Amino acid sequence: MNNQPLLSVNEVSKFYGARIGCRDVSFDLYPGEVLAVVGESGSGKTTLLNCISTRLEPTSGSVMYRMRDETKRDLYQMSEAERRFLMRTDWGFVHQNPADGLRMAVSAGANVGERLMAVGDRHYGNIRETAIDWLGRVEINEDRVDDQPRAFSGGMRQRLQIARNLVTGPRLMFMDEPTGGLDVSVQARLLDLIRGLVRDLGLAAIVVTHDLAVARLLSHRMIVMKDGHVIESGLTDRVLDDPHEPYTQLLVSSILQV
Amino acid sequence: MNIQADYNFAYLDEQTKRMIRRAILKAIAIPGYQVPFSSREMPMPYGWGTGGVQVTASIIGPDDVLKVIDQGADDTTNAVSIRAFFAKVARVKTTTHTSEATIIQTRHRIPEEQLRDGQILVYQVPIPEPLRFLEPRETETRKMHALEEYGLMHVKLYEDIATHGHIATTYAYPVKVEGRYVMDPSPTPKFDNPKMHMSEALQLFGAGREKRIYAIPPYTNVVSLDFDDHPFEVQKFDKPCAICAAEGVYLDEVILDDQGSRMFVCSDTDNCESRQAAGHRGELSGMEAAQ
Repeated sequence: MNNQPLLSVNEVSKFYGARIGCRDVSFDLYPGEVLAVVGESGSGKTTLLNCISTRLEPTSGSVMYRMRDETKRDLYQMSEAERRFLMRTDWGFVHQNPADGLRMAVSAGANVGERLMAVGDRHYGNIRETAIDWLGRVEINEDRVDDQPRAFSGGMRQRLQIARNLVTGPRLMFMDEPTGGLDVSVQARLLDLIRGLVRDLGLAAIVVTHDLAVARLLSHRMIVMKDGHVIESGLTDRVLDDPHEPYTQLLVSSILQV
Repeated sequence: MNIQADYNFAYLDEQTKRMIRRAILKAIAIPGYQVPFSSREMPMPYGWGTGGVQVTASIIGPDDVLKVIDQGADDTTNAVSIRAFFAKVARVKTTTHTSEATIIQTRHRIPEEQLRDGQILVYQVPIPEPLRFLEPRETETRKMHALEEYGLMHVKLYEDIATHGHIATTYAYPVKVEGRYVMDPSPTPKFDNPKMHMSEALQLFGAGREKRIYAIPPYTNVVSLDFDDHPFEVQKFDKPCAICAAEGVYLDEVILDDQGSRMFVCSDTDNCESRQAAGHRGELSGMEAAQ
């Protein structure tokens, strides 16, 4: 069963007028696999992520997804209702800025419970219990359940965003610079947490990052992008320890050593 | 010099009335759905019932009898001036008795007396979008209605229980109409929500500033949203009306002096007056006479 890819991206291109967002990107993602997309800013990482996660329609190419009933569906041939249902049940999307992925004016508990209510859960006690359980799993104290995310620190907001996405038991997570803007000790704890959750839940994930250390820690495989093209791909350790392309070599050698 | 402005019947021109009637027909065909319409300038400010007045002007005929209430009362400024407006521009008969009226325009209440088949209740609506305070983008709320994504409405109720221990929304309490659209019943107290369910009367909602019309046809299912373990409840009052001793009606709290003494009286003045005429007396009913 697991030798079938969960997600197949076939020659996806996105043009902004004459400019290239990303061009002819193809890859497969298997269940439980974490793929990192790295590259400098402006290289088309986020455009690619948005194209795959149905947030931005590509100019050409297709994205196939294996649904829970094992049928393969082209994401852009689905109705909008189906796509949005998929997004809030089978998928998660972690934004770089937690304020984009959270409702800042409602409590942490309601943020986590929203997806449950969206799929028809109508029992307050159960919703709250599940929310508290998930807050615990992302190391947020139970007594913060009724606080609004605006009273949370950056790291807590990011962890809350992850809990909110995971509550429906998704199979695929998209993460756009999940550790961007956090200080290093908080970053380390968050990476630990993500690694643990991904392993325990058997999640597949696509992580966009410019931070090679994050890619090294989280991902099994990585693709390197430059000017909208994929210039190198392979196992993370191989790409980082033995980069073939000159640009990848430059990228790897640019890591600051402390 | 005597220049008398010459109005068309019921103030609005015939083309405008046709446009509004088309919107009303569509609204009746899709219960609870907000139909956009090109709201006109009315000789009153937004927020004073411009939507309700346009709906009333489009459906009123010379034989209609009009009643206008504001928070249940027939004698408040808004109610008196709208009644006078239609008496002048449509020369219709007006009344304060619920049972005599064919059209009742209302702000924030549904009359206590059960409405009959053939009557029309016209609501003045300030903010027609129930999801507005949770999702500020109109494009997004329209999409949510289209795709029936109403999880967010329960997020609000969840917040209420988390903050107050019970659903603290007491007015503009969201309802689901005929199992499909979630609708804002305008800022009526939730006490009135059960009256909307299977009502014999046609209910029309007009929002002038927001340019939306929606409707509940007669005999339509209207269900107030709730949680399984926190079911919908209406307000209860400890005492009956201080003037007519009515129970099971919606009461207003009135402060009597600066010592903090207060009384609870019917919000529906017509209901209260007819009960007094029928001989019902509350604990403070003799007070005015004594003063």
